Amino acid sequence: MADTTIDPADAPAPAEAAGHEAIPAGYDDGQDHIGLEHHTSTGLSNTKLAMWLFLGSECLLFGGLISTYMLYRNRRADTLGPDQLWDIPFTSATSFILLMSSLTMVLAVQSAKREDDRNTRLWLTVTALLGGLFLAGQIYEFTVFYREGLGFTTNLFASSFYTLVGFHGAHVTVGIIMLMALVGMLLRNRVHGNKAETVEMIGLYWHFVDIVWIIIFTLVYLIPA
Amino acid sequence: MSTDTTTGTAEHHFGEDITATEPSPVPHEHKDLRDRDYVFIAFLLLVLTALEVAASYVPLGSWKVPLLLIMMVIKFVTVASFFMHLRGDARLFSWMFYTGVFLAVGVYIAALTTFHFFAP
Repeated sequence: MADTTIDPADAPAPAEAAGHEAIPAGYDDGQDHIGLEHHTSTGLSNTKLAMWLFLGSECLLFGGLISTYMLYRNRRADTLGPDQLWDIPFTSATSFILLMSSLTMVLAVQSAKREDDRNTRLWLTVTALLGGLFLAGQIYEFTVFYREGLGFTTNLFASSFYTLVGFHGAHVTVGIIMLMALVGMLLRNRVHGNKAETVEMIGLYWHFVDIVWIIIFTLVYLIPA
Repeated sequence: MSTDTTTGTAEHHFGEDITATEPSPVPHEHKDLRDRDYVFIAFLLLVLTALEVAASYVPLGSWKVPLLLIMMVIKFVTVASFFMHLRGDARLFSWMFYTGVFLAVGVYIAALTTFHFFAP
């Protein structure tokens, strides 16, 4: 066995070793912060590890939906297509809104790390509102397309488009529900364990939704068919 | 477990239990950005989005698609690195996420190729 002696100069200060501030983001002190220990064989937070694994698997889901759309985007005979339907300035505005919600989400995570509950709730609420605004834009866009004659079963292009963008919208909806639930739990002080990590987990999901939209916006809306 | 006395980091072996009684392994120092740094990054993302939209209107010929794809990748990596904190977090998280991303890109490029998607 190797020598386990640590130079006193390199050893962490007792306060640092006991406090959570001494532990960098992504690492786990092996406690759930209500006094109970939990097992971690990697030294990393199990919750965070599970979230990243989930997000990695979500890439495959959206990859499948995006490639299906790419394959069918020209399968529409003489019916309505992207050139006649897309309203780029409007979709750009909704993209700006979603990008801004990523900023407010990261500010919520920063506030949570500072244990500033009031600002955490504020930024989480603003994020949910911006997400709601983005979703409202999507619903409006879908309504316009439907009124112009593009139904879900009109052609393969329409089916693949509605499925892809609809799935993304469903993810945004789930994100908004989680954000609002978290705000409610923070208000009632029902968040057990590490609050900052809980906010960060929902933040990871929200940023992932934003990342997927970055891809959809470019591949579906901006690149010509 | 063996401890590197020069760096103060600990090497853990498979199946070994790590509890709260011992400090966590820290392969690299994590430095948190300030709020205004995040605002600046968001501003850069907005500028990139504006450039993307502008590029979609300008007749750039065969340069248009590669240019849009490059800007898309820059935005993707920026959000993942800074907003999702992959840059300062443990490398394992980056590996898990980017493995999913590259697996998806590889698998679906292969699938699209079988459908002659890239054929002229």
